[in-house]
Amino acid sequence: MDRPNPVTPRLLAGFGAAVLFAAVVPHLVSDFTSFQFTQAMAYGIALLGLNILTGYNGQFSIGHSAFYAVGAYTAAILLYHFEWNHYATLPVAALAAFAVGFLFGLPALRLEGLYLALATFAFAVATPQLLKFDALEHWTGGVQGLFVPKPEPLIEGLSADQSLYYVTLAVMVFLMAVAWCLLHSRSGRAIMAIRDNPIAASTMGINTALYKTTTFGISAMYTGVAGALSVFVTEFVAPDAFNFFLAVNLLVGSVVGGIVSIPGVIFGGLFLVFVPNFAQDISRAYPFVPPPWAIFGIFLILAMYFVPFGVWGAVERGFAWWKRKSAAGR
Amino acid sequence: MDLFLQLTLAGLAIGSIYSCVALAVVMIYQATDHFNFAQGEMAMFSTYVAWTLVGLGAPVWLAFLLAVGISFLAGVVIERVIVKPVENAPVLNQVIVFIGLLVIFNAAAGWIWEFTIKPFPSLFPEDLGFKSTLIGPHHLGVIALTLGVLALVFAFFRFTRVGLAMRAAAANPDSARLVGISVGWMLALGWGLAASIGAVGGILVAPIVYLEPNMMAGVLLYGFAGALLGGVSSPGGAVLGGLVVGVLENWVGQYVPGGSELKLTFALILIVGVLVFKPAGLFGRVVVRRV
Amino acid sequence: MRIRNMLAAAAAAALLAGTAHGADMTGITDTTIKIGNTNPYSGPASVYSVIGKTISAYFKMVNDMGGIQGRQIDFISLDDGYSPPRTVEQVRKLVEQEQVAFLFQTLGTPTNSAIHRYVNAKKVPHLFVATGASKWGQPDKFPWTMGFQPTYDVEGETYAKYVLENVEDPKIAILFQNDDYGKDYRDGFLHGLGDKADELVVSMLPYEVTDPTVDSQVLKMKESGANVFFNITIPKFAAQAIRKSCEIEWKPVHLLNNVSSSVGATLSPAGLDCSKGLITAQYIKDPVDPQWQDDAGFKEWVGFMEKHMPGSDLTDANYAYGYNVSRLLHIMLDGCEDLSREGIMACAANLKDIELPLLLPGILVNTAPDDFYPVQAVQLSRFDGNGWVLFGGIFDSGK
Repeated sequence: MDRPNPVTPRLLAGFGAAVLFAAVVPHLVSDFTSFQFTQAMAYGIALLGLNILTGYNGQFSIGHSAFYAVGAYTAAILLYHFEWNHYATLPVAALAAFAVGFLFGLPALRLEGLYLALATFAFAVATPQLLKFDALEHWTGGVQGLFVPKPEPLIEGLSADQSLYYVTLAVMVFLMAVAWCLLHSRSGRAIMAIRDNPIAASTMGINTALYKTTTFGISAMYTGVAGALSVFVTEFVAPDAFNFFLAVNLLVGSVVGGIVSIPGVIFGGLFLVFVPNFAQDISRAYPFVPPPWAIFGIFLILAMYFVPFGVWGAVERGFAWWKRKSAAGR
Repeated sequence: MDLFLQLTLAGLAIGSIYSCVALAVVMIYQATDHFNFAQGEMAMFSTYVAWTLVGLGAPVWLAFLLAVGISFLAGVVIERVIVKPVENAPVLNQVIVFIGLLVIFNAAAGWIWEFTIKPFPSLFPEDLGFKSTLIGPHHLGVIALTLGVLALVFAFFRFTRVGLAMRAAAANPDSARLVGISVGWMLALGWGLAASIGAVGGILVAPIVYLEPNMMAGVLLYGFAGALLGGVSSPGGAVLGGLVVGVLENWVGQYVPGGSELKLTFALILIVGVLVFKPAGLFGRVVVRRV
Repeated sequence: MRIRNMLAAAAAAALLAGTAHGADMTGITDTTIKIGNTNPYSGPASVYSVIGKTISAYFKMVNDMGGIQGRQIDFISLDDGYSPPRTVEQVRKLVEQEQVAFLFQTLGTPTNSAIHRYVNAKKVPHLFVATGASKWGQPDKFPWTMGFQPTYDVEGETYAKYVLENVEDPKIAILFQNDDYGKDYRDGFLHGLGDKADELVVSMLPYEVTDPTVDSQVLKMKESGANVFFNITIPKFAAQAIRKSCEIEWKPVHLLNNVSSSVGATLSPAGLDCSKGLITAQYIKDPVDPQWQDDAGFKEWVGFMEKHMPGSDLTDANYAYGYNVSRLLHIMLDGCEDLSREGIMACAANLKDIELPLLLPGILVNTAPDDFYPVQAVQLSRFDGNGWVLFGGIFDSGK
């Protein structure tokens, strides 16, 4: 369960069907719902980064909001000050986040478990303060934040929301494929060996330090791309949107979706966008029900009771059970 | 020089609050082998319970003792009912459950008591027979009571059978079970104790920062930092770590250029820096792993 | 000036009437008016959620009494947790899915900033937003967004004027929250001090909302030798700063921003004795202030609270704020003939000398097509240990 599935025709077919289905969605639902799905996919990409780091490499992070912010601000600054094309900012945001993540991975090498969690958490807490810093205000817009325009539709006939949906979908599918290839390569096995037994991994000649910092960088890169996409979606960046609540939310999404999985991030993203709204609907429907946050908390705890390995973990287990059963019946 | 002295004393005063929270954090780590992210919100909730008791006419010390007792029971119940189902789940699942508890307590407190700040009476007399603008009687009381709690905790773990059993249950549950320790109940007991210590912390913090549902967020952050700086395996280290963080924060704000705006950032960088050189904290034991 | 405004208004109204043919009547039916709102019902800014609750209770009362112009008010208030991306999502939900006629009292500066352009592109009235930033009154650039309360920078300037006129040899210390709200106040104040700002300000310290206390900042300000203290903090930190400066016997001229001027929410937790001598600028009658206990508008509010929001903490000035602004919308809609989006915006931009039950006597609501600042007047007052005592005249930046 802790390793990505091998490629089988069935897996490929399932994947293709899912992508096809996703491609039709914007034509079935309103622009607003497409926008919500786009948000969910952007979160999904960020969660993918977190899964690679925490799920596959075993390094904890409660600080991914910082990398999300790096990506978001890189894109926003290029759009606002230099009037770049939207999509041209994505690779730059990815690189910037990779660099920050890689550098952060260096001191993180010395830290493990809780201590690493605290160091990343500190990073998340400090991020809004740095973004507000007076000396950087010219670039970051300080406390007022920056406005950016929404990208124009790529194809005539699509609305801006539909177009952005497709772009985000394409980026997500591409990045999922990259993650899948990475984790199935020699490097991927090294990454997981470090998680499972760091001492054995290094005796086998794996350069643990290099792998760990690079994984940190790659993870940050994914999250940075997600941050940049989120700017296109909300058309606005401000420091207080990147507080540690975001970091905690990302961790929640990862675990709920299934932290040792690639497709799970979709469910994680959907959870982050739709469950708070659902909690609010419940809270609004009855006058004496506790506030939305309390209901969200209850959902979290229930999710851990009933799908302890995340949504994707449950799907995989269900699939395995069904396979065993049909094999036995034959 | 006067300013330096004042800043240092003020740092010690606020640091004593961090210490108290750090101690609760370390306590639950010792007894359950986990960090409880809901610790701060549970402490806040306990403080509201005490506040309600004071409002009903109870003397503040009685309210304090009752709230600590109620928190103990609540801690045990929470472990038995809510945390037990994920006892054997991966650590991240437990973290998510703690986050769930955190938002539930936070939202519930706002729902029950609303969000306006509430003054909370100090446990200590206003007049100690001398007067100083350097440090107030409440801050002195906080330091004294924190040290008292530390001594109690130390004695409990060091000299009682239950304390020993709790440490064993947390450090090596399987072996503990073999020698006849009820590991489940030891965990519940640990939660109870941690909730009580948290309640002490909350009730000491409230007169300084005012009681409101988000009261503990900032304090807990520094408390965690203090605990890690001192080393999570060392209650004494946690108390010292909290004091150091308090003082450091004030010095950085005054003496580092740009420090007043980036106080928090600098304080956190320093702590992470220390951890890079002393990965188990200043006073923590380095755990040697066997292959 | 007034007459010119009225002429301009008449011209604008005529223009709009001409276009009313294809007017946008989204959210309006013969029996209902749909209004959207976002409020932080969760997260760190939840203290303001009582405003949303008060507005909901108010329009429930209005509906029970037959509604407005025979229409029931459907007031939809969604939780954004004070997070700008969530606000964008919720506001799009309100505009695109719920199809509200207009937005009312969306709360917070960063949150409203995030939707500022969206609502103007969609031409949805964005009325009486619950923030004191100055950017909500730009009818030329953002013709669909309108503020409500006196802006932070106007208030800041009022204090600056007071200091320059009344304090001999001022040495000023400023404590401010490190966000848009704190910096708006600070910049307005510095602007009011003019060229001399650099020499007069001897200490300027920020704090973060996540800081546990501001004690060390207060110590440093005392040490700087300041004799004026401009306190730009939310109630929790304001109370801490008032108590701490009392404890260390620092007695400057203490200017407290209006945000924290509530006697119940700030001064009594800080200690009424310690609060003696505080100066603030006000525009709302404070609920705990003894001088209003027999005031007609005040009694109207208390009656509402007892009947429709029983058990609420009456010392919380946010209830008074919510009631006042609901009343304003009620008055405006009552007198608004054209309920299309354009019509609603025109009505909002032509409010003349409206009295609200909890505005200070002499402060009136006035707007014009080129004036999107409904309440622009404040009056300084000093705390005497029981209540605020108004002094000086009304300072109206709109005149």
